[in-house]
Amino acid sequence: MREVINDIERWRKAGKRVAIARVVDVEGSGPRDPGATMVVNDAGEVAGSVSGGCVEGAVLMEALSVLEGTRQPGVITFGYSDDEAFAVGLTCGGTLHLFIEELNW
Amino acid sequence: MALATLIEGPADTPNLLPGAKLLIRPGLPAMGSLGDAELDRVVARDSEGELASGLTSTRHYGAHGEAREEAVRIFVESFAPPPRMVIFGAVDFTAALVRAAKLLGYRVTVCDARPVFATTQRFPLADDVVNDWPDRHLSVVGPSLGASDVICVLTHDPKFDVPAIVSAVATNAGYIGAMGSRKTTDKRNVRLREAGLTDEQVERVMGPIGIDIGARTPEETAISIVAEIIALRTGRPVASLRDTDGALHRR
Repeated sequence: MREVINDIERWRKAGKRVAIARVVDVEGSGPRDPGATMVVNDAGEVAGSVSGGCVEGAVLMEALSVLEGTRQPGVITFGYSDDEAFAVGLTCGGTLHLFIEELNW
Repeated sequence: MALATLIEGPADTPNLLPGAKLLIRPGLPAMGSLGDAELDRVVARDSEGELASGLTSTRHYGAHGEAREEAVRIFVESFAPPPRMVIFGAVDFTAALVRAAKLLGYRVTVCDARPVFATTQRFPLADDVVNDWPDRHLSVVGPSLGASDVICVLTHDPKFDVPAIVSAVATNAGYIGAMGSRKTTDKRNVRLREAGLTDEQVERVMGPIGIDIGARTPEETAISIVAEIIALRTGRPVASLRDTDGALHRR
């Protein structure tokens, strides 16, 4: 999370609302470890990353849904091995669990 | 400190909501709540353990913190202070090594007894530039160094590097490397034994410092040093210059 702190501060000072997605679990091969963080503001700007660029586009859409109030905070899973997986997958074959929420703390 | 977030709870339990947070600070009372006092207590206790090892992971508990149950999932993120690199010797190689170390997230100290060379102007990226003798500096910071911290001795001058290495092996630093040619290294190892170091202590020192990639410039040498530091931490076999023979640089 440390690497995106400056962006969060800058956005909040500018009056923007922020959603945060953090990797909470990785099964199999994954590009980033638990704790990897991506933040999105209500203008659609992005900082940080949670994979090697494979799922960031989908995370952006989910993050905007959280800020619009159409999605509750919760876990999203990316990967081929999961039945409920999103259409977006990881080319490395691993499964990635993210927790996404509005940053109101 | 560690930040615990409830990421999944039982649907029928309105007090355990995804996003609930508990901030754990060693030796201080926890702040916030995950929604259940007993769950808070158990997670705070477990997180202090995770914090000590710098772990970030997801754990499972029962609704009141019971072990071996899966009703709630808690993500615990540890915020440990960055690892430290102490570099002795304010030389050209030092400037490149400071840059490589900052890329990897180290808090970097450059220490040299010569005030003309140990200046913040020469090492703008270093977190600290210290004007002192290596052994004296290590008598201050040495006891706080741990397995994720590293010491690089780049002085390659027996006047400085023997006392620096003698002090370095008294610390718990995870990596100690010393620069110098094969001839310099052999001579230094003799002096280190004369100074009272055991074979085991001398073998702890990676010297010549770095892995065998034919590095020539200060920048290439810095990469070979940080690569050796990573490999030693992960336990992967690499050709350290200490264990190979032949020329250090490609001719």
